[in-house]
Amino acid sequence: MATSTGVDNRKLFMWLFLASECLFFGSLIAAYLLYRGQHGVPCMDGDLSTCVFPTDRTINGVEYEGIFDIPFTSVSAFVLLMSSVSMVLALAAIQRGNVRAMRIWLFTTAALGALFVGGQAFEFTEFYREGLTLETNLFGTTFYVLTGFHGAHVTIGVLVLFSLLIWSSRGKIQAKDSLNIELAGLYWHFVDIVWIVIFTLIYLIQP
Amino acid sequence: MAGVAQAGNPLGRALRDVRHMAEDRYSIWSWIATVDHKRIGIMYGITAFTFFLIGGVEALLLRIQLAQPNSTFLDPDQFNRLFTMHGTTMIFLVVMPLSAAFFNLVIPLMIGARDVAFPRLNSFSFWAFLAGGIFLNASFFIRGNIFEGDIGAPGAGWFGYAPLTSTEFSPGHGIDFWILGLLILGVASMAGGFNFIVTILNMRAPGMTLLRMPLFVWMTLVTSFLIIFAMPVITVALFELLFDRLYNANFFNASVGGSPLLWQHMFWLFGHPEVYILILPAMGIVSEILPTFSKKPLFGYPFVVFSGVAIGFMSWGVWVHHMYTTGLGTVANSAFGLSTILIGVPTGVKIFNWLATMWGGSISIKTPLLMCAGFVTMFTIGGLSGVLHTMVPSDFQQQDTYFVVAHFHYVLFGGSIFALFAGVYYWFPKFTGKLLGEGLGQLHFWLMLIGFNLTFFPMHISGLLGMPRRIYTYQEGFGFDTLNMMSTVGGFIIAASMLVFITNFISSLRNGEKSGRDPWDARTLEWSLPSPVPNYNFKEVPVVEARDAFWYTKYRENEEGVVVRIEGAAADDEEDDGEGGHGIHLPSPSYFPLIAAAGLPIIATGLIYDPALVAVGVATTMIGVFGWAIEPPTERR
Ligand SMILES: [Cu+2]
Repeated sequence: MATSTGVDNRKLFMWLFLASECLFFGSLIAAYLLYRGQHGVPCMDGDLSTCVFPTDRTINGVEYEGIFDIPFTSVSAFVLLMSSVSMVLALAAIQRGNVRAMRIWLFTTAALGALFVGGQAFEFTEFYREGLTLETNLFGTTFYVLTGFHGAHVTIGVLVLFSLLIWSSRGKIQAKDSLNIELAGLYWHFVDIVWIVIFTLIYLIQP
Repeated sequence: MAGVAQAGNPLGRALRDVRHMAEDRYSIWSWIATVDHKRIGIMYGITAFTFFLIGGVEALLLRIQLAQPNSTFLDPDQFNRLFTMHGTTMIFLVVMPLSAAFFNLVIPLMIGARDVAFPRLNSFSFWAFLAGGIFLNASFFIRGNIFEGDIGAPGAGWFGYAPLTSTEFSPGHGIDFWILGLLILGVASMAGGFNFIVTILNMRAPGMTLLRMPLFVWMTLVTSFLIIFAMPVITVALFELLFDRLYNANFFNASVGGSPLLWQHMFWLFGHPEVYILILPAMGIVSEILPTFSKKPLFGYPFVVFSGVAIGFMSWGVWVHHMYTTGLGTVANSAFGLSTILIGVPTGVKIFNWLATMWGGSISIKTPLLMCAGFVTMFTIGGLSGVLHTMVPSDFQQQDTYFVVAHFHYVLFGGSIFALFAGVYYWFPKFTGKLLGEGLGQLHFWLMLIGFNLTFFPMHISGLLGMPRRIYTYQEGFGFDTLNMMSTVGGFIIAASMLVFITNFISSLRNGEKSGRDPWDARTLEWSLPSPVPNYNFKEVPVVEARDAFWYTKYRENEEGVVVRIEGAAADDEEDDGEGGHGIHLPSPSYFPLIAAAGLPIIATGLIYDPALVAVGVATTMIGVFGWAIEPPTERR
């Protein structure tokens, strides 16, 4: 359908939605950074509730840097980054009319996304075992909520991709329907970019 | 079109049956499944007006309590809960959705479109709004009943300052209902925001360039942008509070270093744009009505447009004026004082443009114009008392007094509500084919104006005398007694004016004077259509050649340069009974938006009481969303 701006309604919608999401993640990241900048009481031996933010770099006697397994999270970040590549390939495939290739790349994207979520679940479990919960301190609170909301976004993306796969297996997605894939792709790349920001701010640049 | 409805299975048959029921224009199902922007607008209007009455009754109870010193009509706890619900209701369940009602009713008509960009999303917005409103009000009943002095509603003020909202100081589930209710309402208004931006940018008729759009369309566009950018901020703040309350997170827990001020920053970073979300649509309505009733184009159209856009941008840089007394320091306070003074400039530009529009016009004094005049004067008073708040020392004095209460009621009631009523009187004929009674209309206006000023003007004085807001009573002998009695009497006069309005509305609906297409000799496209508007809106999509598109099909300059009416233009000939327009593709009715929205309060209830319910709610919403995605959007009419 012809629109006044020439941009498809659904695509414009998606761009606006993503712009709005910037404010959503921006607010969460702001809360994290605000609390990270605070210097407070150092953690007492084993008593995490006394520390504002792990400024003395220990949680339960474990070095603060130690709680992050940087190599592990780097790999999962890389996995998510690669899923963006396969997403691009899926879109290119359907625009050429190659449904089979699109399905393969969509599946790859969804699988990589699921792998990332799995990695996050593993990471959360590990931190929990080391004694870091939502209640522990401000770090626990802000870390879990920020990365958790991101993980939820990836999960929704994975669900959307699988739905598209099922839809296409019934022959409903042809070259003329490539907009569906494009929209899913826009969302997927956005979530990916958000992770790059979070990964940099939380894992790479530590106080 | 192979939808699920085509399959032979029982589910498919059931779906086909309910869709069939919705085809009948007169059945209730056709309203429940409607995706017609006009019907959705009407439902928004009626629902929001119902909440207006509820919020009004809450206000009357507060006023009865405050009529005399040392009153025991309400206990302090009930008082807190009632003013919290009053504020929350009036902002989120009344002014915002009433504006949304007008977006729905007139935006597509004004830009020459057959519907909004996403009709089913529009229906979802309405149902989510209704769900959120009911959920929020359900909190009244979670603890017992009002007769036993025990109500469960939230009681921490409409801005819910931390740490008052923590489980320690607000036990029970009132605040949880408040948080989750606002989250649902946020979803509803964000969905509406996206929808109207796309509609306005993408669905304009040929020739309807941006600078030919009616002012109301412009203000809706700015408002929608504010909604989609401000709502995520409050959403995050509410989630953080929810995690604090339900899962012992520490966002606002000062004992481990959390900062209650973070809540205030986030709340007001949303809250100040919200102020303009509440007032810009009203300004848009007034900018439509004043030119029509002055028989002149809007004075300085581009200035009014760009000052609206400027307000939209500047509204992001003034939030700290709500926080002068929190100790952010002189520099921050001065900077935000300055930015707040500056945001008064585009607002002032608008006021002068409205005055200049009326200046020298041939003004016809009908109720819509009176309501607009009420808006301009009352809003100006509210704006001026607002300017007093920009000055830090003066604000320190007025903080948490009734002076502030007077100020924002002059802006939100004297401003928004007057303009919204102007809109009701103005557009009522377009959607019913009948005029609202002029006599009762003027009685409504004068009663409301007198009642309003009697209620809120004395609050300026009681506030300056030092009467604190949000306190359930006061001692005699401080000079508050008479002023409060005046406010209470005024409140009941406002209530009486609402009875006049309701009487007028119902009797006009039954046997009001027939309006025809264009009872006001108006300027914008919706008046070129039959009243009530047929469900496809435009039989042929109009081609727009000028600002005030409809006016220029009715009038032109003759050889002497005098504006004359074109013979026979826009005559009220063919009464369209909605039978024309065969072959126009209209979006088909759908139940899925309702189902998707119905899952939200179930999820919310589950989060408070039982995780199993969350699963039910999520499943419901998923069914709605998937059904929505699979169902073909359009059928041949
Ligand atoms: Cu403000």
